[in-house]
Amino acid sequence: MDIIVLLKQVPATESLIEIAADSLSIKTDAVKWVINPYDEFAVEEALRIKEKSGGTVTVICAGTDKAQEAVRTAMAMGADKGILINDPAVAGADGLGIAKALAAAIRTMPHDLILAGQRAVDDDNYLVGPAVAELLGIPNISLVIKAEIEEKKIRCTRTVEGGTVVMEAPLPALLTTQRGLNEPRYASMMGIMKAKKKPIDTKSLSDLGLKEEDVAPKVKILKMTPPPERKAGRIIEGDSPQAKAEELVRLLREEAKVI
Amino acid sequence: MSTVLIIAEQRDGAFRKVTYEAATQARAIADATGGKTAALVLGADIKGIAAELGRYGVDTIYTAENEKLAEYLTDAYTTVAQKLIQKIEPGVVVMGASAQGKDLAARLSARLDAPLAMDCISVRVQDGNIIGTRPMYGGKVIAEVALSGKPQIVAVRPNAVKIEETKGEGDVEAADADPGEVSLTFVEKQLETGKMELTEADVIVSGGRGVGGADFTIIEELAAALDGAVGASRSAVDEGWRPHSDQVGQTGKVVSPNLYVACGISGAIQHLAGMSSSKVIVAVNKDPEAPIFAKADYGIVGDLQEVVPAITAAVKAAKG
Ligand SMILES: Cc1cc2nc3c(=O)[nH]c(=O)nc-3n(C[C@H](O)[C@H](O)[C@H](O)COP(=O)(O)OP(=O)(O)OC[C@H]3O[C@@H](n4cnc5c(N)ncnc54)[C@H](O)[C@@H]3O)c2cc1C
Ligand SMILES: Nc1ncnc2c1ncn2[C@@H]1O[C@H](COP(=O)(O)O)[C@@H](O)[C@H]1O
Repeated sequence: MDIIVLLKQVPATESLIEIAADSLSIKTDAVKWVINPYDEFAVEEALRIKEKSGGTVTVICAGTDKAQEAVRTAMAMGADKGILINDPAVAGADGLGIAKALAAAIRTMPHDLILAGQRAVDDDNYLVGPAVAELLGIPNISLVIKAEIEEKKIRCTRTVEGGTVVMEAPLPALLTTQRGLNEPRYASMMGIMKAKKKPIDTKSLSDLGLKEEDVAPKVKILKMTPPPERKAGRIIEGDSPQAKAEELVRLLREEAKVI
Repeated sequence: MSTVLIIAEQRDGAFRKVTYEAATQARAIADATGGKTAALVLGADIKGIAAELGRYGVDTIYTAENEKLAEYLTDAYTTVAQKLIQKIEPGVVVMGASAQGKDLAARLSARLDAPLAMDCISVRVQDGNIIGTRPMYGGKVIAEVALSGKPQIVAVRPNAVKIEETKGEGDVEAADADPGEVSLTFVEKQLETGKMELTEADVIVSGGRGVGGADFTIIEELAAALDGAVGASRSAVDEGWRPHSDQVGQTGKVVSPNLYVACGISGAIQHLAGMSSSKVIVAVNKDPEAPIFAKADYGIVGDLQEVVPAITAAVKAAKG
């Protein structure tokens, strides 16, 4: 079983995000970079499948030099190989452009199963996984909380509003992760030492047979603004929980008009 | 002017609320560009409901009725949508950013090599092109994105568009409902009947670690009194008190109800990311220094075991 994990490096969720002077990007100097949390589930699931049925786990990431850390961390968790697509044109691409670059790289590699996060918590785009599957002409199942490999097919439980659906896809297939799939492991000291020796294969767009215009963005950020500032409201005073509760309900009805 | 196509979402013969929101959004786009609206309804038994979309500003309703479309399958739905899109050549395609809608939008975007603005909270048209406003970084940034190309795909966040009914009546027409070769198979589904979906709820009452255990009865009772849904912080989920599907936050669900009541939730940045676009936020916490109070419109400092039942009683009394 050759398993591929799509992995993105993103700001840690606890980061304070500030918009840069150009209003088109965020300030990165104080940001702590981590593996996208949903991609950690993907790495973990890939490793569990490999541990059970054998095979290889390759992590592939489109990013800049610093994204090597994320790839290295995944290798310390146990992934066998790492590929970094590092090209200025990719840095300016939109989600579909990234998907095209990833699909081009994967097309030349053996792949039985591809795992991606449901979304990257920076662009919150929910796009790259299904798009890569489409470009490769393989089925995808999104928001998976349980995956079982059977002979040449995969059976997945996915979440939908108010419940779950069980579906099957023939392999090769792509699935995207949902919280609940597993608990990602930490890299062991041994794993970290070993990962230092594993190579990261760096590729440019032309290595993938693509030109800059192939990944030219059709979605462009015009402007970033901070969300409307929420001001601290008022603390409701009262002699008893009942008095406070009654005053709250009065305000919700008469002032906020939400109930 | 070209058509704005809505891809409707129905489940077991009823439209999802987000479909009416998408239709309202599509109507606004069509009005701004002088175009018409059309909708595609896919499913096994949909003729009875299709015409209903006329009341939400849809001019032409296409039905793709086929046993093979009874359940959502990404590949089948993508192909049927693609066929209609190639036939009527819409300038814009609008759908709801639900679990199904997001998956379909992404796959369609790649199939058609078309730009996609995912999970938009508002949409406008400028020089014939779509500009979508969408949260990024878990709502810590609001971005305006401009699309170029055709068709331009927009997925609207559930609860972000206020539904508007119109007087009109739509024409219903059959569309090509052949999904071709389908590789996904549906096995079974389990839906909690009567459970309100968090992302669609007008009111959410959430509990955190401060609830102190798996017994969420007082939270559920307040939610019921307000006709709302129950949510949770990640801590409450990690404790095993609530299912993953209840988690609100940057790595859970992003919600924007009219009223969000946070009970025993400290207000960590990842939690705030998931609920700070709520219209009104109420916090109940015993710690007056809890960061949640800095984001709440109304706060009550106190033990939630006393305060929450008192709010429930006051809501019931007020509603009479
Ligand atoms: C990668 C990552 C992703 C994350 N994603 C999410 C996410 O999506 N959603 C999320 O919620 N969190 C997320 N977190 C976790 C987040 O950082 C916080 O740990 C979590 O939100 C805290 O939950 P809490 O407020 O319930 O618990 P706590 O922070 O422990 O707060 C409990 C609160 O309850 C109050 N309290 C206690 N007893 C009572 C009482 N009797 N009456 C009234 N108040 C009481 C306390 O004063 C306290 O303020 C994430 C963290 C990481 C690292
Ligand atoms: N630059 C990238 N490199 C590798 N994988 C990516 C990249 N961007 C997105 N992905 C994958 O696609 C998923 C969804 O990302 P997005 O569509 O950006 O929300 C992520 O969780 C990753 O698995």
